[in-house]
Amino acid sequence: VCNGDYRQSRGILFSSSVLSPEALVINDPDFQHEDLNFLSRSQRYEQAIRKSSLMVMKLREYGIADPEEIYWFKSFVHRGRPEPLDLHLGMFLPTLLTQATPEQQDRFFMPAWNLEIIGTYAQTEMGHGTHLRGLETTATYDPATQEFILNSPTVTSIKWWPGGLGKTSNHAIVLAQLYTQGQCKGLHAFIVPIRQLGTHEPLPGITVGDIGPKFGYDEMDNGYLKMDNFRIPRENMLMKYAQVEPDGTYVKPLSDKLTYGTMVFIRSLIVGDSARSLSRACTIAIRYSAVRHQSELKPGEPEPQILDYQTQQYKLFPLLATAYAFHFVGAYIKDTYRRISGDINEGDLSELPELHALTAGLKAFTSWTANAGIEECRMACGGHGYSRCSGIPDIYVTFTPSCTYEGENTVMMLQTARFLVKSYNQVAAGQRVSGMVSYLNDLSRQRIQPQHVAARTVSVRINDPVSLVEAYKARAARLVEAAAKNLQAELNHRKSKEDAWNRTSVDLVRASEVHCHYVIVKLFTAKLSEISNAAVRAVMTELCLLYTLYGISKNAGDFMQAGILTDAQITQVNQRVKELLAIIRPNAVALVDSFDFHDTHLGSVLGRYDGNVYENMFEWAKKSPLNKTEVHESFHKHLKPMQAKL
Amino acid sequence: QDKYAQGFGLGSVNPDLASERQTASFSVERLTTVLDGGAEHTRVRRAVVEAIERDPVFSRENQYFQTQNERYEAAVRKAVHLQKKMHEMGWREDGPEFIYIYRALAGDVAFLLHRVFMRSISVLGSDEQVAKWIPLATKHQLIGSYAQTELGHGTYLQGLETTAVFDTTTQEFILNTPKISAMKWWPGDMGRSATHTVVFAQLYVHGKCYGVHPFIVQIRSLRDHSLCPGITAGDIGPKMNFEHIDNGYLMLQNVRIPRENMLNKFCEVQPDGTYVRRGSQKINYFTMTTLRVSLLSDEVILPLMKACTIAIRYSAVRRQSKLNPGEEEAKILDYQTQQEKLLPQLAAAYAFHFINNYLHKLFDRGYKEIQERNFSSLPELHASSSGFKAMLSQYCTAGVEICLRACGGHGYSLLSGLPSLYTKILASCIYEGENTILLLQTARFLIKCFAAASAGQPVPQSVTYLAAVKPGKCPAKNKLDFLNPDIYVEAYQHTAIRLLSSTAAKLQDLIQSGVKKHEAWNQCTVQLVQAAKAHCHYITVKNFVETVEKLENKAGIQKIMKHLCDLYALHGIFSNAGLFLHDGYISGAQMDMITASYLDLLGVIRKDAVPLVDAFDFTDKSLNSALGSYDGNVYQRLYEWAQKSPTNQQISPAYEKYLRPLLHNKLSKL
Repeated sequence: VCNGDYRQSRGILFSSSVLSPEALVINDPDFQHEDLNFLSRSQRYEQAIRKSSLMVMKLREYGIADPEEIYWFKSFVHRGRPEPLDLHLGMFLPTLLTQATPEQQDRFFMPAWNLEIIGTYAQTEMGHGTHLRGLETTATYDPATQEFILNSPTVTSIKWWPGGLGKTSNHAIVLAQLYTQGQCKGLHAFIVPIRQLGTHEPLPGITVGDIGPKFGYDEMDNGYLKMDNFRIPRENMLMKYAQVEPDGTYVKPLSDKLTYGTMVFIRSLIVGDSARSLSRACTIAIRYSAVRHQSELKPGEPEPQILDYQTQQYKLFPLLATAYAFHFVGAYIKDTYRRISGDINEGDLSELPELHALTAGLKAFTSWTANAGIEECRMACGGHGYSRCSGIPDIYVTFTPSCTYEGENTVMMLQTARFLVKSYNQVAAGQRVSGMVSYLNDLSRQRIQPQHVAARTVSVRINDPVSLVEAYKARAARLVEAAAKNLQAELNHRKSKEDAWNRTSVDLVRASEVHCHYVIVKLFTAKLSEISNAAVRAVMTELCLLYTLYGISKNAGDFMQAGILTDAQITQVNQRVKELLAIIRPNAVALVDSFDFHDTHLGSVLGRYDGNVYENMFEWAKKSPLNKTEVHESFHKHLKPMQAKL
Repeated sequence: QDKYAQGFGLGSVNPDLASERQTASFSVERLTTVLDGGAEHTRVRRAVVEAIERDPVFSRENQYFQTQNERYEAAVRKAVHLQKKMHEMGWREDGPEFIYIYRALAGDVAFLLHRVFMRSISVLGSDEQVAKWIPLATKHQLIGSYAQTELGHGTYLQGLETTAVFDTTTQEFILNTPKISAMKWWPGDMGRSATHTVVFAQLYVHGKCYGVHPFIVQIRSLRDHSLCPGITAGDIGPKMNFEHIDNGYLMLQNVRIPRENMLNKFCEVQPDGTYVRRGSQKINYFTMTTLRVSLLSDEVILPLMKACTIAIRYSAVRRQSKLNPGEEEAKILDYQTQQEKLLPQLAAAYAFHFINNYLHKLFDRGYKEIQERNFSSLPELHASSSGFKAMLSQYCTAGVEICLRACGGHGYSLLSGLPSLYTKILASCIYEGENTILLLQTARFLIKCFAAASAGQPVPQSVTYLAAVKPGKCPAKNKLDFLNPDIYVEAYQHTAIRLLSSTAAKLQDLIQSGVKKHEAWNQCTVQLVQAAKAHCHYITVKNFVETVEKLENKAGIQKIMKHLCDLYALHGIFSNAGLFLHDGYISGAQMDMITASYLDLLGVIRKDAVPLVDAFDFTDKSLNSALGSYDGNVYQRLYEWAQKSPTNQQISPAYEKYLRPLLHNKLSKL
């Protein structure tokens, strides 16, 4: 039935075959434990710490040091879940490598590598998140003692949220406003010891703890940190770039753009994470929909698989196509970043602004879409999706903060919009722009025609992906132009640039969204020609068409209003989407099998590879904490006395 | 420590919130009484809320830190204590206070299914059955549940697999769970608490199946609470929320119950096995239908109102980034993008409050008719309850999530109150009927009515508009025209008719071209769902407009409600532009006018946003949110509450066992 070769399509998702950390972890009895759903938060934290400790030991034992291999190993040990050492491995160590002087590396790196020092990265404050310049923590230089005095001057300035800060770390890299010689020099990073080595007690002047229960991230001790006149030596400021000399003289760093690189890298990871999280949810929902039988399609026949209902296909298959699209986008950003990071090291930062603007938008677009998509998948599993045994609640609560961290999504969209408006204005001023925004160049030619909307009609062929890319391009051009013009109109009416920007921001966010949507359609379509296996290419082409046409169907207003597509074409698109659902149906399970999630990693009773759902739900439920005794103690404590009295 | 309390002292309102309240364009107190349906209702509600919140047994203070077992025990304790409290306060089940009790407890109480158990006996039971069981249940001499859903079957009731076979020799029904997918799964209060339950099973008499019927089955001993012979039952394990409820499983093996335990107001098995039916079979589902409507207020609309209250108050306190250089950081509520997230949710909360009133009137009328054995309004009641339950639960769930994400990182903390509102409300998309299936049921009704209306036959009042098909274009000339309710109501009506008629035509075409009826139906389901939503959306807008027209023109109420109504209507068009543009009823240029009017309204409603959520009149305790309190002392509260977390009060065993060896580099000894 399946005409896509499973191994082949797997091959296009995982380009390089590293050693199999998955096998190492899954077969290791040390990494087994009780189902996390039945544990309290403290127990989950303890399990995570236990596994992290083991993991560090085994990484050394196996000699795994490549960052990508560590990433995969970690992901299998923790089954895609956060863990208390994430910030130590992912932020503390890399920051030391990139921002510490050689002397500082000598002092901190090896102890941190050997985990005598466990560190975290304390940036976010209670009152301040994405807008970094608003951070309030201060580091005031005292030349008399050659120390920085760290303070949390207000309740809003308490560091809040950093992972591993509450209970695990004994050091933190703290971001604070630097004051020297009476002047504020902006945000800088400082290495601050917070707990006594040996006893792990907080140091005098430090108040530190866990911020309490959250939606998810149960195993992570997200923490707070308050500092009262806490002194650290001058040498604890990270001084590879900016420096404070012993007398308090401030030496400026060379370039601000360097930090872009890290941000691009982390945001590209989030795009990949969007793809993976959505893929997991799709795997569960699609496998379960093939096992679940309900109601009747034909009178008198047995109940059909719910995957045979058009409404179910309409919920799930566009998401499946989206998951594939995001995989390709994630890979593209990572490759592009790799390609130009060589240039960055040599000081050529010319391509960085566009990539930075693009990844901000794509991070927001993919995480929003995946977030909603995971919920759709859960909803498509009916009541059982709501049980923790489905695994989808867990995927959702773990994934959803990525809409906020590493840059709040709306703010990210507005950053992309700023780049788009800038590019538009360049074109309007007669310059040409390159890269993903080059479609804006065409606008200048069309501007001479008064009826721009009607004039832009492209003859779209709805079965041709390349032609559909043109339709998305036209939509992006139209909405970027509209936002830029509305912004200009506001500017003509009002004094302040910021006010005008704010009054146009809904339009600007939409402009960014349609730009990102275009980029994704373009990358997905481009990917098709790279697939050599004909059967795989055929099925990927169907998915690509579904992704593209579904996007048109859902945003029909944009395409009609801009005169890109007619009513009649929209009706055709709607019809074609439904035909594609039926075409994809026979391959649906094979397409999620290709994501190749191991049952342990999937953590779902509904999504098991063998499909034995109901038996295993019953087995799972029997382990529930409420079932520990046959008669619950509440009966003796409350129910029985009540019945006796009434 | 003192400097942290400066300006944040409890009791003094954060100036950022105080200033919002000074500029209210309407009387908040007056609007509250409008929402409550009169000053007397407001008074009773506040009295109930105060009595409940003053009682420490009902406190939810530690809720966010408790385990499933602790939550369950607390819920049982509260349910038991509630009986005492009601007696003490003189509150009666049929008194005016009763509807506010659950609201005041925020649903955090056990034995909710006990009420469904009683209700199903009242509706489906004969007079003798009511006389026998209701007094026992009222006195809590038994605890009831309602066991319909099975592991393998939910909304599609005909598919249930549990069997009840009548044995004429002993005059008993023999109940069985023939296979694993037939196990009852999900019923609340059944995992640990219930002694009895209403089991829905396929009735067999003399080898013939008569379909699904309700039976009263005892599952636990009234003496020591142990399981009865032939019964296997327990808790189904952790869920996204409802930790306080013991949703359960139930397996029946040759469980015998007397003939009298089948609820037999509408159908009965006589001693010789003769099956007698009185009235419509559909009545068996009437309990479900009324449930769908009765849950809307507390389970669907109130959570959205709470989420709006938390997110809007927090957005007036949270300052981030600068709108104008040189000024202090701006309130995030002043950002257009933040307004666009939150204010449409606020407008929807009001729209849904009013549609809920409409539904209750519809059902009160219908209930009376059914008591008189007049079943003619059942199809309309069923279609309305299905469609609106689906539309409201879906919209409100999405709305709560938008509020959650609009609070950035702090929204993710349980202490914000938003995650638990969200995980609770999202169950409403599934229980009492999965939304997609419900919408298809509404669509089936609409298609029938459309055919009848086209043929000039009479149709129920809510769908008479289907006969009024008139082609044409929207007459609006400028953006202000779109603030005229006649203009947008007409647009909604036009779109609802268009979607329904084009789907009906496609169904017809498919059938005429030889496609079998059921297959044609499946091929049109995506469009049918859309048509059903459009119908409900239209009725909601129309009802909002009519409600505003009837409001008193005093204290600024009507004016601000008109703005909200406009916002609700225009946001709906803006977000579904394709549907309105499709046949050119609204032109591209008109869509730009709608967008402009919609964005203008955001700025207008922004000024009253905080007073509009204040009017919902939630106490701090009922919000249970560090971000949403009336005084706006967000950060102080967040810090205080975090310190109460058990993770901060006990030495973590993880340090001694794992962290210390790790830090001291003794990994090899692990």
